[in-house]
Amino acid sequence: MYRSARQFFSPCFFLLPASSIDCAPMIGRASFEAHDLACLRGGRIVFARLAFRVDAGGLLVLRGPNGAGKSSLLRMMAGLIGPAHGALLWNGDDIADDPDAHRARVSYAGHSDALKPALTVAEHLVFHAKLRGHAADKVAAALDAFALTKLAELPARLLSQGQRKRVALGRLIAAPAPLWLLDEPTNGLDADSTARLEAAIAAHRETGGIVVAATHLDFAGAGATTLTLGERKAA
Amino acid sequence: MNAAFALIARDVRLAWRHPNEIATILAFFVIAASLFPFGIGPEPQILARVAIGIVWVTALLACLMSLDRLFQAEAEDGSLDLLVGAPAPLELLALAKVAAQWITTALPLIAISPIVATMLHLPAEGYATLLLTLVLGTPGLSLFGGIGAALSVNARRGGALLALIVLPLTVPILIFAVAAVDAAIAGLSPRPHLFLLAGLSVFALTIAPFAMAASLRQAAE
Repeated sequence: MYRSARQFFSPCFFLLPASSIDCAPMIGRASFEAHDLACLRGGRIVFARLAFRVDAGGLLVLRGPNGAGKSSLLRMMAGLIGPAHGALLWNGDDIADDPDAHRARVSYAGHSDALKPALTVAEHLVFHAKLRGHAADKVAAALDAFALTKLAELPARLLSQGQRKRVALGRLIAAPAPLWLLDEPTNGLDADSTARLEAAIAAHRETGGIVVAATHLDFAGAGATTLTLGERKAA
Repeated sequence: MNAAFALIARDVRLAWRHPNEIATILAFFVIAASLFPFGIGPEPQILARVAIGIVWVTALLACLMSLDRLFQAEAEDGSLDLLVGAPAPLELLALAKVAAQWITTALPLIAISPIVATMLHLPAEGYATLLLTLVLGTPGLSLFGGIGAALSVNARRGGALLALIVLPLTVPILIFAVAAVDAAIAGLSPRPHLFLLAGLSVFALTIAPFAMAASLRQAAE
């Protein structure tokens, strides 16, 4: 409701997308797309005329050099920042029209792990499930998916970097949401944990979920689409 | 609503596991109040006259110490993104943060305030009213403080900025709290002052959630 004014004033002259990418629709229920998206940070254009489309079961991999706007795009997809221009559409509806509904369908795993040193692994996951309005019944599955069961009662201050990341990723399963937004999810993960993440992403896509991930690694998997940011340099 | 209660429970649990934080604040309250007899002399009559003002001002400053980190800690470790991104209304979650701060900071301060008041020779007729003013006034203090904490999330030296934003807002609370206790000591009814004090807290309750949520959304951008 706060962003409707911005949407109202946004000029709609350039509705034709600059480039459009299509994923093979698997279940064909949900779709997530962007039209002519632009991002402005501190008065500087980070990216502009960006367009993509991901359908249910799709995986969109964001690539590009540092500062190309991968994280900004993910935050925009999460509804944390508003687009300077253009719109993000879920099933054809602008996410800015109903931000509450959009927040409920997004699970965002950002750069920081958002862990409190004094809380245990299990407490983090239970709290996150409750915060997002779910029961805590998926916590055991989340612990299992990222091999955290043995660490469940350990306070976060004792965890290593990779273990912290796994707790942050465990939130994706503890509080299910159709759209996963992952910012460098493999940072600090070892080979086994990366494989677990890939398995979790595959399982999520099989149920019709959509995954958008910014990553440098080639862990894409079948049917992934790549969106490269920051290719066109300002002349 | 469940999300808000989960947030309160988490914050109370965090405070419970870091008992040194509240211990520091309580120690500050006692030590700061005990400096005044050294500054203005130990005569009981003089102290009795200023006791209520000292208790309230030092309690207010002690409260500020904990507000400093209210949202800043969330922003630093990335939890703020999860709170702003949660489906529950951010207004409610911000209110839950303030409620947890009140439970973990203001309640202990209220509990030890009679000890500080004794140290300053507060007349016996004033104690009940002092506790009442603290119970009615500190929610307003925490709520106004929450607005300041949300506004200064991304500011360097946020604590000093917080004090600049919050202290002027707390002046009415201070005035009516002290007036209520003075009235009780003078044998008058403190009720009008208490009603006004409660009114201020209700006023803070109506605006603070929206102000906090708006500035937190801004901070998450």
